[in-house]
Amino acid sequence: MRDQAHTKQSLNHGRTTGFLWSDALGWLFSLRSMPVLTLLAFLGPVLAGLISTLLPAFGYLPVIGGEELSFKPWAELFSHPALPQALFNTLTSGLAATVISLILAIGFVSAWQGTKSFQRVRTILAPILAIPHSALAIGLAFLIAPSGWIARLVSPWATGWETPPDVAIIHDPNGLSLILGLVIKETPYLLLMMIAALDQNEANQRLCLARTLGYKPVAAWIKAVLPVIYRQIRLPIFAVLAFSLSVVDVALILGPTAPPTLSILVLRWFYDPDLSYRTLAAAGAVLQLLVVIGSISMWRLGEVVLSNISKQWLVNGRRDLFEGLVSALSKWVMKLIITAFFGSFAVILVWSFTRRWRYPDALPSVWSTQSWGSNLYNLFWSGGTTLAVGLASSVIAIALVVACLENEKRRGKTAGTGALWLLYLPLMIPQVSFLFGVQIVTIRLGIDSSWLSMIWSHLLFVLPYVFLSLSDPYRCQDDRYVGIALSLGASPARAFWRVRLPMLLRPLLFALAVGFAVSVAQYLPTLFAGGGRFSTLTTEAVNMAASGNRRVVGVYALLQALLPLLAFSAALGLPAFIFRNRRSLRGI
Amino acid sequence: MPNDTSNTKNNINTYHRADAPKHPVPLHLQEFSLKLRGKSLFSGLNLNINPGEITTLMGPSGCGKSSLLAAISGTLSSEFFVSGIICLGDFDLTILPPEQRHIGMLFQEDLLFPHMSVGENLSFGIPFSVKGKKARAELINQALEDAGLSGFANRDPATLSGGQRARIAVLRTLLSQPSALLLDEPFSKLDVELRERFRAFVFRHAKAHQLPTLLVTHDPDDAQSTGGRVLKMSDLNN
Repeated sequence: MRDQAHTKQSLNHGRTTGFLWSDALGWLFSLRSMPVLTLLAFLGPVLAGLISTLLPAFGYLPVIGGEELSFKPWAELFSHPALPQALFNTLTSGLAATVISLILAIGFVSAWQGTKSFQRVRTILAPILAIPHSALAIGLAFLIAPSGWIARLVSPWATGWETPPDVAIIHDPNGLSLILGLVIKETPYLLLMMIAALDQNEANQRLCLARTLGYKPVAAWIKAVLPVIYRQIRLPIFAVLAFSLSVVDVALILGPTAPPTLSILVLRWFYDPDLSYRTLAAAGAVLQLLVVIGSISMWRLGEVVLSNISKQWLVNGRRDLFEGLVSALSKWVMKLIITAFFGSFAVILVWSFTRRWRYPDALPSVWSTQSWGSNLYNLFWSGGTTLAVGLASSVIAIALVVACLENEKRRGKTAGTGALWLLYLPLMIPQVSFLFGVQIVTIRLGIDSSWLSMIWSHLLFVLPYVFLSLSDPYRCQDDRYVGIALSLGASPARAFWRVRLPMLLRPLLFALAVGFAVSVAQYLPTLFAGGGRFSTLTTEAVNMAASGNRRVVGVYALLQALLPLLAFSAALGLPAFIFRNRRSLRGI
Repeated sequence: MPNDTSNTKNNINTYHRADAPKHPVPLHLQEFSLKLRGKSLFSGLNLNINPGEITTLMGPSGCGKSSLLAAISGTLSSEFFVSGIICLGDFDLTILPPEQRHIGMLFQEDLLFPHMSVGENLSFGIPFSVKGKKARAELINQALEDAGLSGFANRDPATLSGGQRARIAVLRTLLSQPSALLLDEPFSKLDVELRERFRAFVFRHAKAHQLPTLLVTHDPDDAQSTGGRVLKMSDLNN
């Protein structure tokens, strides 16, 4: 670098040129190795898992005597009577949930950006995101089922029902309740992603400019802002699409059953006592991956077509776009989503303290804490496991992410968009498509059903979200603070611990809470990596959801929802307390 | 503050950094060049600044003035290519990390650490070799008194006025016992009246500590007020 480099070179002169273990070890424990180690810890299991799923899909599974590659599993798969309908269910629910969520999010932002209700909705969104999908799905089921709270509230005076009507609302064959459950959760997510993109793109100026040119709000937003921010929300949209197409826990609680969606069908085959189903399951898991890849490709193609068609339309000068309809509709739907969210939360709370609740009474007639008391032991263990795995995986994720970002800072280089795609990879590859393979690998390594495999498998999903939530604040921090600290004589370590990290306390704690919430919500990784030895609040809640014992399910779902909420409250409250005498960091 | 410009002799610190030169030494740049992605910002710069001397470097924003100061202090991003030698007296700083250079920096923004109180900010600057809570607190109080800010030690920096914060930033730098001082337009954000007083405050301290000082600015008024040498950035580019 500098011309003093020759002094360094002459120092190195006495060394042999061969491989030096001390150099290798030095690199391994240095900051420079962190991005590589992180990617290995992260992509290694995903790739190993994919390969270990791919091989059985072509008949190679030595445990059950399959040692030759063949297409037999595929022939079985395609001749399976449940497949066509399962595939259809998967595609319709996944695509419908994504399209509806996206339209709602766009409609709401375009009609309401910059207004008071926009700000209000923005603050309500955070808790919706914090609560695990499955807890929300359970609450929704308790709400909309024929024997649910809504039916009870309007019966018998409005409906005349004295007993629950015999209609399939939950598990309906068309997957409508599944779509509803997904939309309630994904719309806020897309909304938040859009808001983040808006903040970066001087969207407000664009919007104002379009408004001064006479464009009405919705038209102004869709014509002047959406085309610019779409590139930034594309990855989140793909993540939503992939998730909706391959979701397991929500589909178990709300989705169709005969036949179910593809991911559930695959899961059933994996857990069939007859081991010969394993190759069929593996083939199904690969098909699930192909469905996601195919859908994302189709979506991409749709984008191109749509942007070509709309080129003319963007500049045709029309300055209004169903303004009244969009603003009224989006507002009402958003209210409905928020009501459904709070209703779900309230109904699991009520059920968890219910002793006796006769249909069609609006409220329980006898309350008690019996459901809590009689499950105390199991609650303690599954809650403890949830807490331990959640804390461990999110703390490890924070350490890795901070090391990577600090390495970026010190080397003066920022990871490109390629790295962002790598990060999103585990979020886009269906969980059933590689977790089964991961399980095979952990068995081979002798670490199956251990804390290590549990924490590691959670880390795969925690890490991307922690990175996404921490990278912006970390990269944006003014490096001159650290520079000043160094100029004052502080060592790099001191500058890092005493200046860099304390100033980032708020985003660090927030990222920790995000990671924790993601870990708490994991169903399939716990199932596969825990090998039945571990149960968390989420696996207990989902597994019991079908049991019909709403009191106990309510207890688990409520705790499952409360833990992330508490984590987020702490992440907001702690900095406010610590910095109560530091105005510029107090935040709230 | 009334005593800003009054007494010029009350502020010589009563301690010395163990590794600091015994006597004030000049800051010396030799054949100093700076490149960013192949583009030369300046090259072959030779500059000698004597203890207590304030040299001004003038140029429009974006011409590489700030990068030059970052290069001298050692905090420049590794995207840049630096060549040449930086010395303090006979001591070659060129390959030293910033924390071993002891070159004080002041920016347009005060950059007080927002998570620390005023006193903690100052204490962060005081070398580790000053042991004991009492000794450190004494230095802090002495510095605050000198700046007309007695009793501010426990205040939150965010509750101070711009002028007060700027003075605290100067004190923090001086308490770290720098061997040279780099000023990156530290006056440009203050209003006219405050600016003159603050300028006098900084220059008085730089001279009292016998610090070789390099000021970069685009304001001719700043340059004139130093009473020292004024170089133009455009003359350095060749």
